[in-house]
Amino acid sequence: MAEFRMPKLGADMSAGKLVAWRKKPGERFERGEIIAVIETDKTAIEVESFVTGVLEKILVEPGDARIPVGTPLAVMTVESGTLPPIEAPRAEAAAPRAGAPAPRAAAAAPPRPAPEGARAKASPAARRRALELGVDLGSVPGTGPEGRITLEDVGQAASARPAPAPAAPESRQQRMRDAIAAAMARSKREIPHYYLATTIDMSKLDAWLEAANRERPITARLLYGVPLVKAVALALREVPELNGFWIDGRAAQSSGVHPGVAISLRGGGLVAPALHDADKRTLDDLMAAFADLVKRARAGTLKSSEVTDPTITITSLGERGVETLFGIIYPPQLALVGFGKPVERPWVAEGRVCARKVITATLSGDHRATDGHRGALFLDALGRLIQEPEKL
Amino acid sequence: MSTTQDRILRVLGDIVPELEPAELKPGVNLRDQLDLDSMDFLNFMVALHKEFGVDIPEAEYRKFLTLDGCVQYIEAAKGGKPC
Repeated sequence: MAEFRMPKLGADMSAGKLVAWRKKPGERFERGEIIAVIETDKTAIEVESFVTGVLEKILVEPGDARIPVGTPLAVMTVESGTLPPIEAPRAEAAAPRAGAPAPRAAAAAPPRPAPEGARAKASPAARRRALELGVDLGSVPGTGPEGRITLEDVGQAASARPAPAPAAPESRQQRMRDAIAAAMARSKREIPHYYLATTIDMSKLDAWLEAANRERPITARLLYGVPLVKAVALALREVPELNGFWIDGRAAQSSGVHPGVAISLRGGGLVAPALHDADKRTLDDLMAAFADLVKRARAGTLKSSEVTDPTITITSLGERGVETLFGIIYPPQLALVGFGKPVERPWVAEGRVCARKVITATLSGDHRATDGHRGALFLDALGRLIQEPEKL
Repeated sequence: MSTTQDRILRVLGDIVPELEPAELKPGVNLRDQLDLDSMDFLNFMVALHKEFGVDIPEAEYRKFLTLDGCVQYIEAAKGGKPC
């Protein structure tokens, strides 16, 4: 048996609302199937299962309560696959509930929280988890050697917290801003950003796209941003150090290239869901996937993998006239790529000055993971790839 | 209000659910008034193509930037008659 817990669907999520179950007790599901719908502060998300199994028992019914990340929502039998750590803490870390064995902390002499003012002894993993879950380590009894606070202790403390009182009516807009504020403040607090910019000649891509779209029916035309996403994905193959996450004090490269594309939502705010394996897909496939992603982002039907998988973020404010943007990295990602508005500028080519359409591409990089030199190589590769649009 | 304009506004309402037709200024850029991004605008072009059966080359998109422009283009494409 394993527990399906409130997942953490992004760095800015501390709690979510269980909107609906998509499986009933006793129902079998395959890995990747939608089993529940969770509403975060940003949007509703269809949560896919990491495992194949059977939903045995529902512990929490859908409702308006905001449920902390890590709270057990259901019990399942796992037939194959592995639950991620957030969803599979050890059984004794589960929240106490009727019929369940008494939690370990209650069995022996209760460990005491660290004295006020003292730095609580805790493993790095436990510290990080406490930060994610908003648990004050000073109030957590440690059950490890010499009273050290373990990962399970943090999970138990988070689960044992009373569910927050029903939130006062608060607009989705405000909750969205709060979520963005939390993620961006964390990014600026923790990530030493460096910023690079380069100007890229867009005349070849422009001409290629115009010719390609002229041949296509209106329903199959490509947007300007799609070849740019593909070029970023291919450039990341050349400089993979920018593609991944900062985890456990180390940069971890991702084996897949899954750029998160920033999509503004009507009424304000934004999400940046993943275009999975963008480096391997054709432009037509990427265009269809992007159109689908925008539609579902605005309809509130994104999938959990799309929210949690992005390995880098791509954003553009060019449509609103911005020529250069320096973005804030979305933790735990390692970088963000920004595109500005294509503009005509004097350009020297083959010794002559001519008018060319150019775009400013920027990179915000995490200096813990890479140096500016790697970032510069990435932008150089990006500019080079864009000069051969037919190969994208 | 012409029938053509009614149908355009209905199409636009599917893309912009919060659309208030009475507040729309027919001669002002739709993208600015309604905060349409490139995907919204492409969806608008595709929806007009399906609704009216007119071809809209990419080079002609700029003629659809205002409500008045949309009406003029579509009615011209349909032989100059309201449709």
